[in-house]
Amino acid sequence: MNSAPTAPINPLALIAELTHRCPLHCVYCSNPLELQSRANELDTQIWSRVFREAAELGVLQADFTGGEPLARTDIIELVRAARIAGLYVNLITSGLPLDEAKLDALVAAGLDHLQLSFQGAREEIAAEISNTKSHAQKLRVLEWLKSRRVAVTLNFVIHRRNLDQLAEMLAIAESSSATRVEFAHVQYYGWAFANRDQLLPTREQLANSVDFFKRAQDRLSGKIRIEYVVPDYYAKYPKPCMGGWGRKLMLVSPDGAVLPCHAASVIPGMRFDNVNEKSLQEIWERSAAFCKFRGEEWMQEPCKSCDRRHLDFGGCRCQAMLLAGDAAATDPVCSLAPTRGRVDAILAAVNQPKPASLEEKPTYLYRLNPS
Amino acid sequence: MNPDLQSHPRLAPGCRLGENNQQRVLLMPERALRLNGPSLEIVQRCDGQHTVEQIVTELQQIYSKAEPQKVESDILGYLSLLQEQRALDFA
Repeated sequence: MNSAPTAPINPLALIAELTHRCPLHCVYCSNPLELQSRANELDTQIWSRVFREAAELGVLQADFTGGEPLARTDIIELVRAARIAGLYVNLITSGLPLDEAKLDALVAAGLDHLQLSFQGAREEIAAEISNTKSHAQKLRVLEWLKSRRVAVTLNFVIHRRNLDQLAEMLAIAESSSATRVEFAHVQYYGWAFANRDQLLPTREQLANSVDFFKRAQDRLSGKIRIEYVVPDYYAKYPKPCMGGWGRKLMLVSPDGAVLPCHAASVIPGMRFDNVNEKSLQEIWERSAAFCKFRGEEWMQEPCKSCDRRHLDFGGCRCQAMLLAGDAAATDPVCSLAPTRGRVDAILAAVNQPKPASLEEKPTYLYRLNPS
Repeated sequence: MNPDLQSHPRLAPGCRLGENNQQRVLLMPERALRLNGPSLEIVQRCDGQHTVEQIVTELQQIYSKAEPQKVESDILGYLSLLQEQRALDFA
């Protein structure tokens, strides 16, 4: 008999992908290529039940994301429902569509933390990446936030095309009420994987960015918490993706399917249980998708006998699927992985001396919108 | 750097007390800190009303068996840690 590995005590965060609709079309969107339509979205009541079940299961924080969560006409009710359930409510938004009255209503409903995403420090780069005019609106939202009692994080998603704007990005943060800034290099899944060769930074850009972040952290200690995420293609060891498969997080997609991570649908043969049919607890403990890569039974060499397996859990399963063609393989970004050569070949192409493409606007595959 | 004894620490926006598995926690953006006896006593007094000095005095009374100097340095250290996490504003 093959017994499933025991589930960890409880998940800590619930990622609530409320909708895949979005006014932006970012070329690195983490949504799957196959987007859910509005007709399939869970209604207010089911989401409210999911929040109650999450809190009972021990989840502390709910991350409202999308798509653009503000595209839900019931967003105020959803914030209130999650807060009443006992969750810490975090809204990850582009700031569109938002006005001051809506912002006041969100705060009054119990919003704890608003994360405003930026595509760069200027309108031109924001338009290039999102194929939408949105930068000026984000700056307006920052002004409105100054007089509201809510935690603010600015999320700058960074890559080859905007890494020369780090100082301007930080200046935007310093003139806002943000207590936290995330500089997150694009991670290559979903739409970002399709646009990877246009977005991967050079080795030199990466090194400069890390120096910049360290200096900024020292200078702003006690004022703004600065966090950065490096692109793991350049790393020696893989990241502990999602804190380990089925160990900390649950993601509920707009149609109610529950996934261990954003990208899990790229793994063939995965079956996801749905909150329409099962409770979150049942899914957390017994869902085939959550059990699939829990623990160490599934590991191959070199992970199986590696001392680092408790630190990184073999890296990312979706990346193993995308780059090695096998979701149970060692994450190919690991320097010990037999497939590391594939990543090195991708980096070698990016780091060729001065490609002309660094100057010109590349041809992107823009994220579409669901019907 | 230690906080000014006369300043009034207050939990920053988006930082509040919560509970998880019968354990009090300080919830904040992307993080939660477990609070034990003394740390809970400190955080409950970060209300914008108490000065740092008053928090020290009150905890020295609660933990009267401990060395008062030690209580003070522990509190200042903990407040600095919370400040680094951006969980406090000082007025």
